Amino acid sequence: MIAEELSKTAAAEREAQAQFEHRINVCVAASCLSSNSDKIKSALETEVKKKGLEKSCQVRGVGCMRLCSRGPLVSTETQGEDETQPASVLYQNVTPEDAPALVESLKGEPVKALECPTDTPFFKSQVTIVLENSGKIDPERIEEYIAVEGYATLLKALTTMTPAEVIAEISRSGLRGRGGAGYSTGLKWTTVAKANGGSRKYVICNADEGDPGAFMDRSVLESDPHRILEGMALAAYAVGASHGYIYVRAEYPLAIKRLRAAIRQAERNGLLGTNISGTTFSFTVELRLGAGAFVCGEETALIASIEGKRGQPRPRPPYPAESGVWGCPTLINNVETFANIVPIIREGGDWFAGIGTAKSKGTKVFALTGQIHNTGLIEVPMGTPLREIVYEIGGGIPGGKAFKAVQTGGPSGGCIPAQHLDSPVDYESLIQLGSFMGSGGMIIMDETSCMVDVATYFMEFCMSESCGKCVPCRVGTAHMYDLLQKITRGEATMADLDLLLEVCDVVKNTSLCGLGMGAPQPIFSTLRYFRDEYLAHIEAKQCPAGVCKIHEGNEEVIA
Amino acid sequence: MWTTSVKVSPPSEDKRWKLVEATMRRLGHEPSALIETLHTTQESFGYLDDVSLRYVSAALRVPLSKVYGVATFYHFFNLKPQGNHNCVVCMGTACYIKGAANILGEIEKTYQVKAGGTTEDNELSVLTARCLGSCGLAPAAVIDGEVAGKLSPEQTVERLEKVIHP
Amino acid sequence: MSPTVRVKTLTIDGQAVGAREDQTIMQVARENNIFVPALCAIEGLTPVGACRLCIVEVKGVNKLLPACATRIEEGMEVTTNSERVANYRRTILEMLFSEGNHICSVCVSNGHCELQTLAKKLGMTHVRVPYRSTMRRVDASHERFIADPNRCILCTRCVRVCDEIEGAHTWDVMGRGINSRIITDLSQPWGDSDSCTSCGKCVNVCPTGALFEKGKAVSEMSKRQEFLPYLTLMREGKK
Repeated sequence: MIAEELSKTAAAEREAQAQFEHRINVCVAASCLSSNSDKIKSALETEVKKKGLEKSCQVRGVGCMRLCSRGPLVSTETQGEDETQPASVLYQNVTPEDAPALVESLKGEPVKALECPTDTPFFKSQVTIVLENSGKIDPERIEEYIAVEGYATLLKALTTMTPAEVIAEISRSGLRGRGGAGYSTGLKWTTVAKANGGSRKYVICNADEGDPGAFMDRSVLESDPHRILEGMALAAYAVGASHGYIYVRAEYPLAIKRLRAAIRQAERNGLLGTNISGTTFSFTVELRLGAGAFVCGEETALIASIEGKRGQPRPRPPYPAESGVWGCPTLINNVETFANIVPIIREGGDWFAGIGTAKSKGTKVFALTGQIHNTGLIEVPMGTPLREIVYEIGGGIPGGKAFKAVQTGGPSGGCIPAQHLDSPVDYESLIQLGSFMGSGGMIIMDETSCMVDVATYFMEFCMSESCGKCVPCRVGTAHMYDLLQKITRGEATMADLDLLLEVCDVVKNTSLCGLGMGAPQPIFSTLRYFRDEYLAHIEAKQCPAGVCKIHEGNEEVIA
Repeated sequence: MWTTSVKVSPPSEDKRWKLVEATMRRLGHEPSALIETLHTTQESFGYLDDVSLRYVSAALRVPLSKVYGVATFYHFFNLKPQGNHNCVVCMGTACYIKGAANILGEIEKTYQVKAGGTTEDNELSVLTARCLGSCGLAPAAVIDGEVAGKLSPEQTVERLEKVIHP
Repeated sequence: MSPTVRVKTLTIDGQAVGAREDQTIMQVARENNIFVPALCAIEGLTPVGACRLCIVEVKGVNKLLPACATRIEEGMEVTTNSERVANYRRTILEMLFSEGNHICSVCVSNGHCELQTLAKKLGMTHVRVPYRSTMRRVDASHERFIADPNRCILCTRCVRVCDEIEGAHTWDVMGRGINSRIITDLSQPWGDSDSCTSCGKCVNVCPTGALFEKGKAVSEMSKRQEFLPYLTLMREGKK
């Protein structure tokens, strides 16, 4: 497809959509689907047919509308005088039985009982770049993506920009990797572009989102899969690659289904494949499924897994940029990083660099979960204070409970207590607080959580996800877990705590990969801010939050 | 040096082997197709037994020990048949702090089965997941493929009863 | 090594040394009689950087690097024996001792064991972390050899020698993390393995008493590893 055909398709799709006076959008991303949103969709379709409104009212599935805790979410749009701004109403906790009322409401007043206000901080404080199409287009139809200028950026870059200009734009944007440590994306691309790979280079999208409590990437894949393909194609053009892999968790069947469909549609339209848009640029993408190994989020382990092997990391250097999959130079970025590429090339690096803080540019998507009113996906500018996220966007802690900590960064991250709620959320600030940006899980804990128990939870995770290759991680995580369990059972002494810290030090500094190096982090951060809770377990044999079951067995025997 | 590709026949006439063969063909019978092939095999047969592991090993020319090493490294693969019904309890952070451990405990107590195991009558397999990504519904579980959210331990057992003894 | 290989200079423990650019820190250190401990690395097999005993400090790099798997670079300043690294190495050895059942006095490799020798040499006098006291079944099904996984430190030398030199790939690792274990074929008895050629290379490269010959009593199992560098060169077609 060349640019002209692309704009024709876009115009045709927009025209087709304008035929409908009303549109009903049903969220068909995983969270709402698991609350039966597919049944709501078919109930709405039946109702529309019954009323004979097929010609004027379209019912369609769309991606994630972000406020998952109020799901299933449905929105209605009605074309008004001003065609660019249709009147829109958002409905929450919808059931299939609500279908008649919703369809009826299109001609009159909104259904008050189901209405979900959208003038709240949850929606108003968000800035959507990554999620700009999420909840607005049908992820299963490439035409809808093309209608919102999809693939136009790729074709523009292929015909009017050199690979070096694409990289320069990414460098100018200040974008940093959204998967963890925040390495400069521009630098990474430059290294791969310069690498002498002979004939083959690869681009890999890391969609092995494994942090427990994180579902940003899954939502992007389910809601806007073409965005990732277009971002990968731009990257491939920039670094000189012709083949790409998306490594996606097998636990995300819906994301896999939509990605497969998206790849097929893009190939059929000549937007992936050989000689894209009549240029010399060719790019194909294949899916590879993960199989339940968290360590495969580590780039060298991911490469081993793509090659069909046990997902064990290898020492770096050499980095994948020099020697990656099949020994060829390989660019690996995660889903959210790729999702940022299209808007940066479309709007320019300077535009992107104008959002966020001095060192952390753009926005970040977080999965806000735990003991908080509004759980769901949020996208906020880098540098937004934690307090705003917790109390305004998140709506605070339910049940009149007190906030205790926010956990970020997954198993390599940490717990940030109330006294640091005014800190901005950016790469450096989180590290200073003993935590980590990670992929974007943000779990709110209230006074009912025991921080020693939380540390034990993460250590169990690291222990069973350790690949077993290097000694400190394989054996050290097991020792750390045993020692933490001893503390939560009220059987530990202060000497055990000292030993625990010594093991932490060795594991952190001698492990082969990031999983081991980061494994002690939850212990360090909970000890830093909640040392009194550790001491209560060790000295007073009490769990202040009442979570740990400390049996006072010995005393009973004596009594 | 020369090699020939001798076609390795599936272990039985079972039509499901066609699916497995299709995956291997799509990936050119390369050793790197191992994980994808194991996925298709498990999807088709429910689990990976010695017969299928030996077949995949021979067809892709991957050493047996390597196949076994891969199949046991990834927790998504089951080497034992699963029960008639299954329940996957999410142990993601959001579910955990909302009491997922109590849900698992209640299931284990009620059905006398440990996570990762199957009940003696082969009715129920209980598994845990790292994170279902349904954190908005925490605590969540998947019962026979359907996600159930905002669960209490009692509700979970109730729903399991409905599935096992309808 | 091609004839055009360039020479680089670096310092190891303050000593200025020259080396080919394709060499690792460990190779250069050993050529210059500088001791770097290692259990998984062995001359002739691909390094994996798993045991972490060969970690060294490199000036300007904020993490410790495995000498066995790190290529040298021009101007590198390597420290192999700082107090910090020595402490880490001792704790890693303690972890290995706590993981399996390493009771030297009853072991066939007593006096010839690389783990035991290193513990003595690095001054690991006692184990502070709790013993995990695993019980793993000994496999004596092979007609000539025995595998005792309780003494295995998962260095994977057996896996690599069987794959890279013998070409049989009888051994591999199953499971992961603390539950990892070495296996033959489909985790079946060694004696039933179809792929094993009974060449005995795995037994000879095993650093501990995990793989040994039948009929050996306590302290009688010494291993012969001289064959390995020669075979590696043969495989590469260099001789």
